[in-house]
Amino acid sequence: MAVAKKTVSETPAKDILDSTRGADTVALIFEESAPGRRGVDAPGGAASEARAIELLGADLCRADIDGFPEVSEPQALRHFLRLSQLNFGQALQFYPLGSCTMKYNPPLNDEMASLPGFASLHPAAPIHLAQGALELMARLEAALAAITGMDAVSLAPAAGAHGELAGLLMIRAWERKRGGVRRKVIIPDTAHGTNPASCTLAGFEVVVAKSHRRGYLEANEIRRLADDETAALMVTNPNTMGIFEPEIEEIAAALHERGALLYLDGANMNALLGVAKPGDMGADIVHINLHKTFSTPHGGGGPGAGPVAVKAHLEPFLPMPRLARRADGMLDFAADRPDSIGRLRAYHGNFGMLVRAYSYILAMGGDGLADASRIAILNAAYARKRLASRYPSASAEPAMHECVLTHDLEARTDVSTLDIAKRLLDYGFHPPTIYFPLVVHGALMIEPTETESRQTLDDFIAAMEKIYDEAIAEPERVKTAPHNLKLGRVDEVAAARRPHLRWRPEDPKSD
Amino acid sequence: MRFIPHTDDDIAAMLATIGVARLDDLLEHVPKGLRDRAAIALPPGQTEAEVAADLTGLAAGNRAVSDGLASFLGGGYYRHFVPAAVRAITSRAEFVTSYTPYQAEASQGTTQAIFEFQTMIAQLTGLEVANASMYDGASAAAEAVLMAHRVQPKRTVVAISRALWPDYRATIRTYLSALKNFDLVEAPFDPATGATDPAALAPYANDRLLCAVVGYPNAFGVIEPLGQIAAAVKQAGGITISATAEPLALGLLKSPGALGVDIAVGEGQSFGMPLQFGGPGVGFFAARMAQVRQMPGRLIGQTRDNRGNRAFCLTLATREQHIRRERATSNICTNHSLCALAATAYLTLMGRRGLRELAARNVELASQARARLRAAGISPRFNGKFFNEFAITVADPARALARAEAAGVLAGIPLARDYPELADSILVTVTETNSLAEIARLADSLAGVG
Repeated sequence: MAVAKKTVSETPAKDILDSTRGADTVALIFEESAPGRRGVDAPGGAASEARAIELLGADLCRADIDGFPEVSEPQALRHFLRLSQLNFGQALQFYPLGSCTMKYNPPLNDEMASLPGFASLHPAAPIHLAQGALELMARLEAALAAITGMDAVSLAPAAGAHGELAGLLMIRAWERKRGGVRRKVIIPDTAHGTNPASCTLAGFEVVVAKSHRRGYLEANEIRRLADDETAALMVTNPNTMGIFEPEIEEIAAALHERGALLYLDGANMNALLGVAKPGDMGADIVHINLHKTFSTPHGGGGPGAGPVAVKAHLEPFLPMPRLARRADGMLDFAADRPDSIGRLRAYHGNFGMLVRAYSYILAMGGDGLADASRIAILNAAYARKRLASRYPSASAEPAMHECVLTHDLEARTDVSTLDIAKRLLDYGFHPPTIYFPLVVHGALMIEPTETESRQTLDDFIAAMEKIYDEAIAEPERVKTAPHNLKLGRVDEVAAARRPHLRWRPEDPKSD
Repeated sequence: MRFIPHTDDDIAAMLATIGVARLDDLLEHVPKGLRDRAAIALPPGQTEAEVAADLTGLAAGNRAVSDGLASFLGGGYYRHFVPAAVRAITSRAEFVTSYTPYQAEASQGTTQAIFEFQTMIAQLTGLEVANASMYDGASAAAEAVLMAHRVQPKRTVVAISRALWPDYRATIRTYLSALKNFDLVEAPFDPATGATDPAALAPYANDRLLCAVVGYPNAFGVIEPLGQIAAAVKQAGGITISATAEPLALGLLKSPGALGVDIAVGEGQSFGMPLQFGGPGVGFFAARMAQVRQMPGRLIGQTRDNRGNRAFCLTLATREQHIRRERATSNICTNHSLCALAATAYLTLMGRRGLRELAARNVELASQARARLRAAGISPRFNGKFFNEFAITVADPARALARAEAAGVLAGIPLARDYPELADSILVTVTETNSLAEIARLADSLAGVG
């Protein structure tokens, strides 16, 4: 998760289709096409086509796919490989995108997911032929329960926000079972946008809790807001200020006293491994992002996986499908789960991601996971300390695995946080998350993760310092960044003003 | 630990800079009671070789096509040949280890590929605009119903074809379970053809009809009379949603858009993704431009940089959770971008001719398999036109499947669990990965069980 708040200056209206293609950018695949080229030799070929049309009847069939690509295999490969070179990625660049935990993704995990026994296993295969996969799922469930201090885990949700939806629907189902559904969910003002959006989807009203000016949630605020209509508090811990919620246990007790539940958003779980378990904090539900804490790749925006873990009283409500061991010792999916919230997707979950996360957990072990959080916290504290003179922290509280910094450049030289982010690209670093959390003006949210070395941090810190000094001495240089990339500053305002969301054959060719 | 680069000297120097003595001093602000109980009861870390051995052992606990079984399993997830170039593309670390392209200048690979994905999905579905991806076909179908409701907030009746994939129906039910103002009804299928009967929608064809959701092809592989259904729904002022689990069909069949569908969703796994026990695949979502602001999910748009170069970036984000929060069109954040890239690479390689020919090959082989089975005494369950899967009727599906398995054939998926009225039926799926010899083995293994 991250936020790119729009601060791009308005540019004069111009036709976005009227563009040139820089020497180093890549033509659209449709522009590389020529009639008759092909990238595969399809089995059956034209003979199959005639036969199929005869079988189905011409009126069921389309004549053509207008504008579809026609390129050779080498063209296709070059096209996408050249595109890849226009991306920053964690494997190549420091990528301290706060709240996203861009840690190292071990190649072994991808290799394990592509073992034929996993990769070519059909999800409807008879259960006795899939025991290895189910065993892996059962072990991963158990490991995540041990790590979070919860009692039961569902691996079905496809992403963090999907896990949130599962958790909130479970709260609803639990309340219905108790005889009445409450309307409201409390969410702190520092929360990720997915939290309130998930509440709406789960039919809850959002009540916003104001954070203390030092950046954390007070039990008194929760006591003030919680009433008989409060279903739950949904809180990220450590929160998006990077601060461990110091009153979390008291907050949990206050909620439970009111008959409400504590939903802990585990987006920042990378700070908690072997440090503090959500289950011990009093959480009734926690979701975990395997693509953050457990090193499955972010893929340019997924696929991830968002398992949801609960205490025993919520187990009956976990989504379908639910693993269960049969009397004969075989693992199977339980058929009869009358209290379950139901399905959130087809089949069993993002299994390929589950293999990777389990591979990671085996490699790290309990001790290694605890080290990971401690070093992640060390890296964030080090960056925060060293940057403090130019980029002071938004809160005086000690932080965990990420820190939220501010700056005075906007007032001094009209250089914005966005400008700093773009200038960082010139120095070869992916920028931190910017303009988030919303409660901090011009925020820079830095999450280094444990897999980045001290040298990398020192280089990044040097670049940040240099940018600050440039912003004072030569503000235009920063405001017009990036300068060293294949593209200059991208005009996001123009894109939104006149949405052009697909290529059409009549589009003018850029060259 | 091999993923953590810090030496003891690094740690000491960094702690000194911070001004504390020990690592655990950085945790002093976490309540001690929590820290004291935080140890993780898992075995110590393993070497790479140990991890590989452990997981290889688990993988060996499965039996799949790689073990010589002939598989005719489909049911919403399909085995197709994946060109090696797809993996060469999707394994690039620049794609794999990046995230949502918030910084457009550092993400043109992702943004342009997704723009191409959006274009290809729009071309395939015959609709004007497609988003950057959803989790899967089932959740995309549920989001389509929610979108329909944003377009037509006063209508309440959601008519779901009984021949829509059971997992899709269940997912829609879950997504709507907490929301008011939805009235779910089921449109039956014709027991002879296996297709949704457009006439069965008649009782709901009034000003309360919000939308109809229909599989294309449906859960029996049957090609629905989508044009007639869409016309009936349109006449009532409702929205037609098609859900396609086997998108290869769109390479040959008339596009949903051309048949009057308003929102076309589906599962893209067939386009270059392995089976992986059911995930990750990729949901696709296409609609009309007039409703683009009601769409869920990310959208990539074309624009320019400050030098006049063509560029691509996330756009219309004011629909989304990170801006609009509780008023967003969806809660989706991370989607299935790398899978969308796989689909884009796959469709590029298949191309205008290849996709059509491959779809045709599937139709041809499935038809041959049905004929072979019929010759072996196995009756088809339905007589509607079908794409690459079809239902058959046998006396005892469990026994028939066990017998086939003993002969090294996974003959299909029993329909009894989701369709009690089809307790005697098995869904058989045939793709280009099945050889003629395998089809013969299928027929032999089932001969006489009808």
